[in-house]
Amino acid sequence: MKQRRSYAQVLINAPYLLWAAIFILVPLFIVAYYAFTDASGAFTMANIKELANYKQTFWISIKYALIATAITFVIAYPFAYFMSKKSAAKQQMMMLLVMLPMWMNLLIRTYSWMNILERNGIINNLLGMMGLGPWKMIGTAGAVILGMVYNYLPYMILPIYTIMSKIDNSLLEAADDLGAHSFAKLRHIIWPLSLPGVISGIAMVFVPSISTFYISQKLGGGKIMLIGDTIERQIQTAYNYNLGAAISLVLMVFVLISMAVMNRFADDDGEGGGMIV
Amino acid sequence: MSEIKNIIELKDICMEFDGEMVLDHLNLAIKDGEFVTLLGRSGCGKTTTLRIIAGFLNPVSGQVLFDSKEINGVPPYQRPVNTIFQRYALFPHYNVYENIAFGLRLRKVPEAEIKERVEEMLRFVNLQGFEKRSVTHLSGGQQQRVAIARAVINKPKVLLLDEPLSALDLQLRKDMQVELKNIQKKLGITFIYVTHDQEEALSMSDTVVVMNEGKVQQIGTPIEIYNEPQNAFVADFIGESNILDGVMPCDFTARFAGHDFDCLDKGFAPNEPVDVVVRPEDVDIVPVVRGMLKGEVTSVTFRGVHFEIIVDIDGFKWMIQTTDEHHVGDVVGLYIEPDAIHVMKKSQYSGKYGDYSSYSDELEQLSELTEDEEE
Amino acid sequence: MNKFFDRFLTAAVYVFLYAPLLVMVFFSFNEGRSTSVFTGFSLRWYAELFSSSDTITALKNTLVLALLSATIATVLGTMAAVGIDGMRNKWLNSAVMTTTNIPMMNPDIVTGVSLMLLFVFVGRLMGLATSLSFITLLIAHVTFNLPYVILNVMPKLRQVDRRLPEAAMDLGCTPRQAFFKVVLPSIRSGVLAAFLMAFTLSLDDFVISYYTNGSGFQTLPLMIFSMTKKTVKPDMYALSSVIFITILLLLILVNVLQARSERDAKGAK
Repeated sequence: MKQRRSYAQVLINAPYLLWAAIFILVPLFIVAYYAFTDASGAFTMANIKELANYKQTFWISIKYALIATAITFVIAYPFAYFMSKKSAAKQQMMMLLVMLPMWMNLLIRTYSWMNILERNGIINNLLGMMGLGPWKMIGTAGAVILGMVYNYLPYMILPIYTIMSKIDNSLLEAADDLGAHSFAKLRHIIWPLSLPGVISGIAMVFVPSISTFYISQKLGGGKIMLIGDTIERQIQTAYNYNLGAAISLVLMVFVLISMAVMNRFADDDGEGGGMIV
Repeated sequence: MSEIKNIIELKDICMEFDGEMVLDHLNLAIKDGEFVTLLGRSGCGKTTTLRIIAGFLNPVSGQVLFDSKEINGVPPYQRPVNTIFQRYALFPHYNVYENIAFGLRLRKVPEAEIKERVEEMLRFVNLQGFEKRSVTHLSGGQQQRVAIARAVINKPKVLLLDEPLSALDLQLRKDMQVELKNIQKKLGITFIYVTHDQEEALSMSDTVVVMNEGKVQQIGTPIEIYNEPQNAFVADFIGESNILDGVMPCDFTARFAGHDFDCLDKGFAPNEPVDVVVRPEDVDIVPVVRGMLKGEVTSVTFRGVHFEIIVDIDGFKWMIQTTDEHHVGDVVGLYIEPDAIHVMKKSQYSGKYGDYSSYSDELEQLSELTEDEEE
Repeated sequence: MNKFFDRFLTAAVYVFLYAPLLVMVFFSFNEGRSTSVFTGFSLRWYAELFSSSDTITALKNTLVLALLSATIATVLGTMAAVGIDGMRNKWLNSAVMTTTNIPMMNPDIVTGVSLMLLFVFVGRLMGLATSLSFITLLIAHVTFNLPYVILNVMPKLRQVDRRLPEAAMDLGCTPRQAFFKVVLPSIRSGVLAAFLMAFTLSLDDFVISYYTNGSGFQTLPLMIFSMTKKTVKPDMYALSSVIFITILLLLILVNVLQARSERDAKGAK
């Protein structure tokens, strides 16, 4: 009986385990393999050394992604807070309206912004009617960051709202009862309890922001190169898979490490040992 | 004995949710230092009353007085009352120490004093050494103690308790009843306690407030409430009762079940229709010749200390509790002492309660279950 | 003050979120060729869209790919969820879950590039001229859909009363019959939601497809990408509006299904 059970167990697990090994784990090693070899397959450190030339690109990508993440947080946190205070029907409606644009293809959403911001675009047309402009917006850091904020704002709102709506109302009443006015309540109860949502929101905005190439291509007007653009160029245009792999490898390691650090940070704070003042 | 002042008064309070009247011109005065219980079924308005006192709800109309000063509109965090919540509402992100220190921290009490007072509180509720424990890993009884310590450390004038024992199992509940009563005595402050459990109310309180449909039905000591119910609702809700239609031909005589009984009540109009309540333990089963009433035993249930016997008299099923054994089919007589007969004016509840014709153990257990789940 | 801030912020966020979508829908009805100057109402771009064989092919390709990848991912993922749920070995369990999470944590571009490099590597080993094809695209889509399927099915599976399959076996079912007759019906709504989610993710994917598709198999997002490399005519907006409406309908369907399964769950109480 036991034998048959484990036989069934293997049978049901095997296909996925095989799939996950071949198509999730092995590709990561292949990336590393390409990063440390040249076109002929011989071991080399050249690709890694080459990365030094892309220091500026990495720095700009991190900077833009951080700024975009910070802005989405500043908008999303109060928005989610206000939303969680509304009636159930209203909350559901608002949530649906936040998610809806996410289902529009990112390419189109971004392209539409290009239409709004470009030299002959909608804003400049309107300005022109008033005798102003035209202003140059495409190709600025502001436009690229705006594109990131626009595309990933729902990813920040969603987890923060979800966790806020789960905070037991009696905890807020208890804080009230023990002498907390609204700001103290926000600081001592809502903020620490919503932190896990904030952490996952940050991850969900930061990761796609730092790795995007389409947003920078369209709204950066070809002048702003991010990590994603560099990878795309090496793979799709220059056919330098080895350098592309090296950049991807660094991006992946950077992202996984920052996620691990953030999760650790969230865990430490969730332990309940911290002082409140 | 000197006059004890009222610490909390509710004057003509009305409250509604979504157009539904929850509190209907409620008046209530609570004396300083008392253990007061608001008792009633779920939906009777008892929790709403508590939340109005705490400041979580504002009444549609009426006054809330604290120490004779109106406190309508004063937010909860400025009221000198604290609450023990139904499921304790302990902050999951703080340990035991920080939960208890919460109120003092907000008042910017110096750290050294906080430490001293938290430790004193931990001793008080018997949780020494639990400072660093996470509250999510405590047992129900321990969580309960943390909740008490967290509230009491702020030295409230009044402690509000919203069904604090409903999440505990039976044995722990009994222990905590005794402990809560002791805590109240030691602190000497007013406790306002909300429950739907009549045994809990009778055993702990100085004063019981029976509520139904947003109105106070009766206020009194547990003994008064049990022995002198003011209307059919209270009689039915507190303990078991046989409730009969009757009239008062004259003072000290009640006529019901086709018989005139001597009783202790007076002051009714001649032949005024009344409700008559007789507790099951106050009815004696006697041989038919000595009985005032005669009937047949239709059901006998052994309850340990006593038997519960249903006797059918002209179609009305009486419940009788006695230590003597009888058998189904026996024809017996009933005897009732004058002081066992409680006569009360007809109220809106008359006719809603009566005999035990639909009585069965199963039904009773079912209704208890559903009541526990509510609120 | 708080109230004012609340209203202002809420309104501002929605204007921000919907402005570009309104621009898109609005200019899809433009008579002229511009996507920023409106010259008059017309449906010509919609007509042109549906008469273009490229678009129809891309649409067909996208649907075929989404349907196939969602089906494979749902079957494989549901099996995986059942398997992982029954794993006694804690270490193995967490190792498998961590692996499952990798495609969700990794940037899409890294997932795309890593799969592409795998295909290229294997293709070279086998001496193929072109290593990327419809098959590689399908594999990539199944791979990124799998974690979402597993995460949708797992919670439902945990809700299933352990005694249900035992009761079924007690009444004479083989373990396999117990699964199909008792367990699967109880997690049906989760499986369906997983399928629809995988379907929409696949419809919407650009980045991973961009790296793993072979030439000659164009999906809609890929087509949009190549269209936006040139100056865009309103036909792309018409196409986008159509996609948007389709996804909207799917989303409503998912919501209705979820509401129904919640109601079922309540009714079962």
